[in-house]
Amino acid sequence: MSETKPDATVDVRGLFCPIPIVKLSEAIKNYPTGTVLEVIATDPGTLTDIPAWAKTSGNQVLKTEREGTVMKFHVKKVK
Amino acid sequence: MSEEKKVLIVCSKGTLDMAYPPFMIATTAAAMGWDAHLYFTFWGMDIITKKKSDKLKLAPVGNPSLPMPNILGMLPGMTAMATKMIKGKMKKSNMPSIPEMIKTAKELGVKFHACTPTMQLTGLTKEDLIPEVDDLIGAATFVDLSKEATVTLFI
Repeated sequence: MSETKPDATVDVRGLFCPIPIVKLSEAIKNYPTGTVLEVIATDPGTLTDIPAWAKTSGNQVLKTEREGTVMKFHVKKVK
Repeated sequence: MSEEKKVLIVCSKGTLDMAYPPFMIATTAAAMGWDAHLYFTFWGMDIITKKKSDKLKLAPVGNPSLPMPNILGMLPGMTAMATKMIKGKMKKSNMPSIPEMIKTAKELGVKFHACTPTMQLTGLTKEDLIPEVDDLIGAATFVDLSKEATVTLFI
């Protein structure tokens, strides 16, 4: 998969379940279909929570990256 | 929203620790596009009672998870102390307060149902409840709601 540049960033560093998912779902509402959001998180639960959220809400995780304690995701709005 | 999924949670406890799980699950489910309902009953009604909503406590008696001998929990002031301790820890880890959880849940479209038999029992009226409450329902409406629920939990 080629690298897609994110259109916006959702920074949820320092926040824990369920806030990262809540913030992400609220943020993505403001963008049109096809938008790629970068999510930056420190809650290790997001490693499974963001893919689970995407699966259920019908969106797509393009990329997951982990640098030490920081997780970065690229999430594409599909619906 | 993909396909219509519904989570229905019975909130039966009014202690601080038992108030969190329903809100965590309901807000997350709503964020995932689910239809989420909270049904408050018995002591769970404290969560949505104006005078108590922001003053829920952690009970040290009968709670072996606290770092002190259980019998000390009976002493005066211990409930306030345990509550203060857990609230401090929650603040440190950026955990939202119950009033904040209520606000977030409401913004995400979580439905709040109050149990009429409990209101009758405890003498509460609609005016005693926080404005976020959507309706006052009885067991029949609850059963009807649960009929279509994908997940039903009792907390």
